[in-house]
Amino acid sequence: MTQPGFFDLLSFGPDGWAKALLAGAWMTILIALSGYTIGAVIGTFGAWAKISGGKTLRVAADAYTTVLRGIPDLLVIYLLYFGGSAAITSIGRLFGADGFISFPGFLAGALAVGITSGAQHTEVFRGAFKAVHRGEIEAAIACGMSRSLRFRRIIAPLTLRHALPGLGNVWQVVLKESALVSITGVVELLRQSQIGAGSTGLPFDFYLIAGLIYLAISTVSSIAMRQAERRFSRGVRRG
Amino acid sequence: MDWEFTQETFVSLVSALPLTLSLAATAITLGAILALALALARTSGILVLDWFARAYVFVFRGTPLLVQIFLIYYGLSQFPAVRHSIFWPVLRDAYWCAVMALSLNTAAYASEIIRGGLLSVPHGQVEAARACGMPRLMVFRRIVLPLAIRQALPGYGNEMISMIKATSLASIITIMEVTGVAARIISETYRAIEVFVVAGFIYLAINFLLTRLVQLVEFKLSPHLRQPENAAQMAIAGDAR
Repeated sequence: MTQPGFFDLLSFGPDGWAKALLAGAWMTILIALSGYTIGAVIGTFGAWAKISGGKTLRVAADAYTTVLRGIPDLLVIYLLYFGGSAAITSIGRLFGADGFISFPGFLAGALAVGITSGAQHTEVFRGAFKAVHRGEIEAAIACGMSRSLRFRRIIAPLTLRHALPGLGNVWQVVLKESALVSITGVVELLRQSQIGAGSTGLPFDFYLIAGLIYLAISTVSSIAMRQAERRFSRGVRRG
Repeated sequence: MDWEFTQETFVSLVSALPLTLSLAATAITLGAILALALALARTSGILVLDWFARAYVFVFRGTPLLVQIFLIYYGLSQFPAVRHSIFWPVLRDAYWCAVMALSLNTAAYASEIIRGGLLSVPHGQVEAARACGMPRLMVFRRIVLPLAIRQALPGYGNEMISMIKATSLASIITIMEVTGVAARIISETYRAIEVFVVAGFIYLAINFLLTRLVQLVEFKLSPHLRQPENAAQMAIAGDAR
C-alpha cells in the first residue's frame, strides 16, 4: 500500500479527508461559539455581582473567578463529563433504566468551556465597566433616564466598546481550549485528526493540518475583531 | 462527601505532585531561555531575526497546546529518520515530549512579555550607562536586563500560573501527573466531585504559593519604589502628632 501524500489528504477524493476535516472544524467552531456564549452570560452576571451585588454575591463571584483561574480547564471538563454521566446514570436508575448512560460530550464540553471562560468574561466586563466615565452616567441621570434605559442606552454600549479587545482575547483562548473537548469523544477538529492519523499512519500530516486550520480560524477571527473594534469606536478620536 | 475516600484521593494525588512540579519547572526554565532569545531577536532590528520571532510567536500562540503536544509526541515518530536518529530516546519519552511542547509554547507567550519589559527600559538609563563607558554586553547585563525583569515580572507570574495549569495536558499523553491520576481515579470510581475538589485544591494551593513568591520577588526587586522604613515610621509618628 502506498501512503497518500500530504496534498492527497487535503483533497475531496476517495483518499481525501478534506470533507471530514472541514466538518471537524465546523464542530470546533460550534463548541467554541456555544462555550463563548455561555461564558458571556455567566460573565455578565459575574460582573454585575462584583460591581453592584451585596456582600455575599461579591464574595461568591470573587471565589468563582479565583478558583476557575487557578485550576486547569481539563479538570473542569473531566468533572462535567464524568460527573454528568454519573448524575444521569443515577437519575436513569430512578426511572428504572439499567446500566450506564453517558453525558453528551458536546454539552459537557460547551458547558466546561463556558464555565472557564465565564471567569475571564467576568473580569473583562468588570474592567470595561470601570472604564466608563462617571460623567456619562451622571449625565444620563440628569436627563431623567430610568435605570433600565440608562443601562440599555448608555452603560451597555459603552461597556461593550471598552470590552471588545478583551472579548477578542477571550475568544482566542476559548477557540484553543475547545481542542480539549476532544477527550470526551466529540468529533471536532482535533479528534477528527486523531481518527485520520490512526487510520492512515500519518500523524504528523494530520496534526499539522489541524494546526494550520486552527491558525486560519484564529487569524480570520482576529481580523474580524479588529474590524469590529474600529466600527464600534467610530465616535472616539484617535491620536 | 465520603471523608475516607477523600483522604485516599488526596494521598494519591499528592504523590503525583512532584511530577507536575518538575514538568512545570523544567518547561518554565527552558521556556524562559528561549523566550529571552526570541525577545532579543524581536528587538534586535535585524530583519531576518525579527521576522523569525514574529512567525514563531504567531504560530505557537495561534494553535492549541494539545495540537503541539500531539505533533511532537505522535507526529515526529512518523519519520524513519527521526526514529533512527540519536534523539529518538528523548523523543520517544512522553515526559520529554511534554516538556518540549510546553517549553516551546510558553516561550512564545513569555517572549512578548519580556519584549514589553525590554521596551519599557527608559532610554536615558541606557545612555547614562554608555556615557559611563560600559560596553554593550555590560549595559545589557547590569542595566537593561534587571530593569526589564522587574517590569515584566507581574506578567511573567501570570504566564507561570498558566504553565502550571498547562502541565495537566501532559496527562493526555499518558503522563501520570496530578490531573492524570485524578482522571484515572474518576474513571475507576465515577466520583467526579470529590476528586475534582481535591485536585482543584492542590492546583489552587500551588498557584497561591506561586503568586505569593512572585510578589515577594517583586518586592525585593523594587527597593527604589519603597519608602525607607524609618521614613515610614516617622511619617506615622508625624500623623499621630
